[in-house]
Amino acid sequence: MADNGVNKGRRRFLVGATSVVGAVGAVGVAVPFVASWQPSAKARAAGAPVQADISKLEPGQRMTVEWRGRPIWIINRTPEMIERTEALGADSLADPESEVPQQPAYIQGGLRSIRPEIGVLIGICTHLGCSPLYRPEPDAEGVGVSNWPGGFFCPCHGSRFDLAGRVFSNVPAPTNLEVPPYRFEGDDIIVVGEDEESA
Amino acid sequence: MANPNKAKAESGIMRWVDDRFPATQMMQDHLTKYYAPKNFNFFYIFGVLALLVLVNQILTGVWLTMSFNPSAEGAFASVEYIMRDVEWGWLIRYMHTTGASAFFVVIYLHMFRGLLYGSYRAPRELVWIFGMTIYLLLMAEAFMGYLLPWGQMSYWGAQVIISLFSAIPGIGPDLAQWVRGDFLISGITLNRFFALHVVALPIVILALVVLHIIALHEVGSNNPDGIDIKQKKDETGKPLDGIAFHPYYTVKDLVGIAIFLFVFSVVVFYFPEGGGYFIERPNFEPANPLKTPDHIAPVWYFTPFYAILRAITFSFFGLDAKFLGVLFMGAAIAVLFVLPWLDRSPVRSMRYKGWMSKVMLLLFCISFVILGVLGVLPSTTGRTILAQVCTAIYFAFFLLMPIYTKLEKTKPVPERVTG
Repeated sequence: MADNGVNKGRRRFLVGATSVVGAVGAVGVAVPFVASWQPSAKARAAGAPVQADISKLEPGQRMTVEWRGRPIWIINRTPEMIERTEALGADSLADPESEVPQQPAYIQGGLRSIRPEIGVLIGICTHLGCSPLYRPEPDAEGVGVSNWPGGFFCPCHGSRFDLAGRVFSNVPAPTNLEVPPYRFEGDDIIVVGEDEESA
Repeated sequence: MANPNKAKAESGIMRWVDDRFPATQMMQDHLTKYYAPKNFNFFYIFGVLALLVLVNQILTGVWLTMSFNPSAEGAFASVEYIMRDVEWGWLIRYMHTTGASAFFVVIYLHMFRGLLYGSYRAPRELVWIFGMTIYLLLMAEAFMGYLLPWGQMSYWGAQVIISLFSAIPGIGPDLAQWVRGDFLISGITLNRFFALHVVALPIVILALVVLHIIALHEVGSNNPDGIDIKQKKDETGKPLDGIAFHPYYTVKDLVGIAIFLFVFSVVVFYFPEGGGYFIERPNFEPANPLKTPDHIAPVWYFTPFYAILRAITFSFFGLDAKFLGVLFMGAAIAVLFVLPWLDRSPVRSMRYKGWMSKVMLLLFCISFVILGVLGVLPSTTGRTILAQVCTAIYFAFFLLMPIYTKLEKTKPVPERVTG
């Protein structure tokens, strides 16, 4: 025992062990503070997924549910509506392939939906947040264009979207309508706010 | 262990204090026997002014807290209450909002001074790093403060900035949600930003200001010639080219403070909205999550970095443009931290550096201002290209610095400070 009876190895071990235990404690104390920033139970309840029963939604009709304070449109597209929508391309649409990420990754193709006939969209115009009108019939009046294929028309500033929520060229809205995350539960129930894969 | 050689008052109440607390010693270290170079010019006022604005922000901020209501339902109305019903509330609020912009004016000039005279060079690296950390926290402080009035631009500006986090691959969306504490910006976010803006960040900023000044007073102030005045001392150990901070610079700074307060008052009383740049016009409308304003622009002091973010419209290395924009914006600030190690010039001050450093600094300042202007304007193709050129110059100034500061021929540095 040199150094006036100081066992340096033991002292180093004790300092090291105390530091490690202290660091573990510090991490443990940090947990509640970090976790406290997660959405609270109240916020989670207010933002919880909503269910919609589409069994009574006839072809051509639209229904609206509310999710996180925003209107969610669910439309049942007829074969003719699908045909007219798929006929549209880059000559009339600003982003026909939905390259701007306004939809979850699993929403692909021109119809921007999981099932071709069922379209789910957030009903807020991407220009200034008005709620566009549903004008599914071809050549509807008051949409400001001839040979209208059916879609959504925003009365505030005249933005137009097709029945898949894709924005037409030369309107004020810059991007397609947003598609919320959603999944099907059985044939008739849509859960808005939950991804397919997390089901 | 108390230092037995500490300066103490001879007798009286100060002696009683000095036996218990190093009051006289501290006074001498930081004021009456802190020798600053005698050749300070105009650019050396901004440190003191930053301190003055900090005091203004704390004082007016505490008073605003007394009438502010940090809830989504009450925030906007309580700001209007302060403006209309609280005695002198309008003045206190305008002093705070104008103070925020004044803070950045002063800090940008303070940082420019550092670039001009090499104040970041050894042995002042820590002074620079503490200062840069203050600048970074000040941006966070300003950003969170801007959400509090809960106007349209408060809301949508925060929306744009917080959504930047969601560009980070993998953890992004969860991180953004963690920052918001909700699925969208809500009263929860507002309350949280209020706590950070009023309590947490000011404490950290104040501590860093103390560290910044202690580090500065440890190594001594730089000067426009970039020479070390401690090399030439008289027989008492006082630098020949140094003068005591108090009374010489305290009195001199009073003149600068008076001029600053004059300009500040003109803005507070006659142009409190700063032409829509200090308080943006959409912020006179309450926040509405369903209605996006026509054009979202950050407050002017963030616009150079916002322009860099938007300038990245292409993707490479398999990273998408949005994330790269965030990376470039972060890098634009991060690169300032390593500045002391990028400058390889044998001289500190721009006065004795070669033409390349001078041209690069000039180009850097011009690009920074252009980026600042572009950041408030809606983007067009032409503007995006201009922003890309300016971003390239911004980074070239830093990344090429090790090369051009070594290549160029410098002028001889004088022995003693010049006029």
